[in-house]
Amino acid sequence: MQTETGKLMNGAEILLECLAREGVDCFFGYPGGVTLPFYDALVDSHIRHILVRHEENACFAAEGYARATGKVGVCCATSGPGATNLITGLVDSMMDSIPIVAITGQVHSKLIGSDAFQEADTFGITRPATKHNFMVKTLQELPKIVHEAFYIAASGRPGPVLVDIPKDVFQARGHYVPVDTIHLPGYKVFTEGHTGQIRRAAQLIWEAEKPFVYAGGGIIAAGASPELTELVEMADLPAVCTLMALGGLSSSHPNFISMPGMHGSYAANMGMTDCDLLIALGTRFDDRVTGQLQSFARHARVIHVDIDPAEIGKNRIPDIPIVGDVKRVLQKLNKVMQELEAEFKPKKAEARRKWWTQIRSWKDERPYDRSRAENEIKPQHLMDEIDRLSGGQAIVTSDVGQHQMWAAQLIRFNEPRLWINSGGLGAMGFGLPSALGAQMARPDKLVFAICGDGGFQMSIPELSTVASNGLPIKIIVMNNGCLGMIRQWQELFYNNRLSSCDLDSFPDAEKLAGAYGFKGRTIDKPWQLAQALEEAIKEPGPYLLNVRVTREENVYPMVPAGASIQEMVFGPVQPVAV
Amino acid sequence: MLQTISTLLENKPGALLRVTGVLSARGYNIESLTVAKTLDPELSRMTIVVDVEERIRTQVVKQINKLVNVLQATDLTDAPAVIREIVLVRVRCTQESRTTVLKEAEIFHARVVDSSVEGFAIEATGEPDKLDEFIEVMRSYGETEVSRSGAVAMSLEGRKLRLQPPVPAPAAQTI
Repeated sequence: MQTETGKLMNGAEILLECLAREGVDCFFGYPGGVTLPFYDALVDSHIRHILVRHEENACFAAEGYARATGKVGVCCATSGPGATNLITGLVDSMMDSIPIVAITGQVHSKLIGSDAFQEADTFGITRPATKHNFMVKTLQELPKIVHEAFYIAASGRPGPVLVDIPKDVFQARGHYVPVDTIHLPGYKVFTEGHTGQIRRAAQLIWEAEKPFVYAGGGIIAAGASPELTELVEMADLPAVCTLMALGGLSSSHPNFISMPGMHGSYAANMGMTDCDLLIALGTRFDDRVTGQLQSFARHARVIHVDIDPAEIGKNRIPDIPIVGDVKRVLQKLNKVMQELEAEFKPKKAEARRKWWTQIRSWKDERPYDRSRAENEIKPQHLMDEIDRLSGGQAIVTSDVGQHQMWAAQLIRFNEPRLWINSGGLGAMGFGLPSALGAQMARPDKLVFAICGDGGFQMSIPELSTVASNGLPIKIIVMNNGCLGMIRQWQELFYNNRLSSCDLDSFPDAEKLAGAYGFKGRTIDKPWQLAQALEEAIKEPGPYLLNVRVTREENVYPMVPAGASIQEMVFGPVQPVAV
Repeated sequence: MLQTISTLLENKPGALLRVTGVLSARGYNIESLTVAKTLDPELSRMTIVVDVEERIRTQVVKQINKLVNVLQATDLTDAPAVIREIVLVRVRCTQESRTTVLKEAEIFHARVVDSSVEGFAIEATGEPDKLDEFIEVMRSYGETEVSRSGAVAMSLEGRKLRLQPPVPAPAAQTI
């Protein structure tokens, strides 16, 4: 769209101009009555709109786009039901700190509050679901608000921002005056990090005998992978990446231990428990990582770097708190580390060697279970094969549950932004729509959407979006015929009284995919697996591979909820009542 | 324990709800809340008194500080500050007790704002505890109705207000 300053435009055109200035090349949405003027203006825009089949998936797809690129993901929905359908995606991006701008239509401003057709108090409903939200009242304030929304979404701790626009603002005509500056006096962004604290942290790291790096999603959000890798290599530190940080340190890096927490590895959790210095970077001490807080890293001093001051001391009081952008902080930290290297490094060399020997023996003692069966496909076998074909390079999205944990355990991610999942909120039905967004953002990449048979059936409508856009996503359903994680908990903690976890009747994958015009297949024998996956990848278009796996397989190790993380369970035990 | 938080925020629709939302989302009940514009009409000063567990106090103030519309939130609970409240009391009293009621009001530096044959409407300001006492005394004279403003607080320390400087907006791109 070619525009000149001061040109007479309507609100919809001005919004598109603002989106173009923000570098938006594609967004995801679903039109409705009040957004018709916007969709009309879209006809003349170069910005690509992907019509999803449900608004929830518009937000999930925007998240997939944002998670794969680091750019702000944009989604759009109409008033009332359109806006309420976005909520799960908004909360999801809030929990995982993903930059999203959601645009919703609102009824004519004169009708607001009159229970008009398709009216909902979107501004009120989404307030606790967003980092910030806006209601636009006049055309004049529209450009300012849109740029503020993008700035808030992407800066500081990223998150979702919603802009609610009444129909008459879309329609109003006025002179578009570009916005020069964004001024939000109360919006505090802390980036630099306290120099004195950083120096103390560097000293502590060199002085520690059993240091351990606990890297979180902030590493990915800040683009701090190179700095993390530099730190880890300089001081030869063992490091874990949380579910949100996988790929932050390459999974193939010798210093990478694994994911920690409820389904983390033995070595990761023992390392966290036994270390004398925990270096927490861009992370929030989530309950799924720490287990019982009182016994978490009990003997360790803690360095905690986070951009959000409210995360510091929320769950664990650190010895060295550093508020700042983890990338900037690590840059400074690495510099100070270098200065101190010659003086300090030799002092603890012996202790560090012992520490690594200990960690390696934990790793060898109890590696992740990669067992295979002769006559059925074990879920671990499936993930192992995907890992082999990906070679740490493919984008992998997932739903929520057992398959998510196995994927996180067994698939390597050699770069950031390859592993895309709903971590904090744990929203089922996330895998397919987020793959859609990721594939739009990265057409060059091989994208696997690993879904459970439960989550997949929540997102089946998006097969249509995948087909109509010809997106070559490889949809892999890990089909165990039940809600696996529910079944696992019922088995372990509810005396095996199985309740509403059966998912009998799964559609024929070949027919289902065929109905949308692409290829699909169901397999259930281990010898079919490698060939079937290779066939799926070779297919130029989308592919639906339904893999029937062992039903009664549980994810181990497992830390029972509320237990301390060294109390891992490694295999079937006598069921206990809770 | 009751916590007093003073908040300087932008005078914008929804700003009040964002602040109270931080508290209600955690299940805390607000004891009192006052809000009015400041010398700068675009800003409001809010004083909240809320019953918050000791261990979560800092967290609550940090979360309020994080809000985009909030310029500064300060925990005044243990800080040097003056905290005052206004109360309007309507007391029905007998002819015989009228003089005594007026005397009592004087002791509390309260002011009669309305007088009728049934009794008085009295305005008193002071620390919330002192007003509790005043209300108790008035109730001893007869049927009483009370309307309290909630606490208004002012920090006695100079606090530097750190504001975020403007940042440039993205310029037009040539496509």
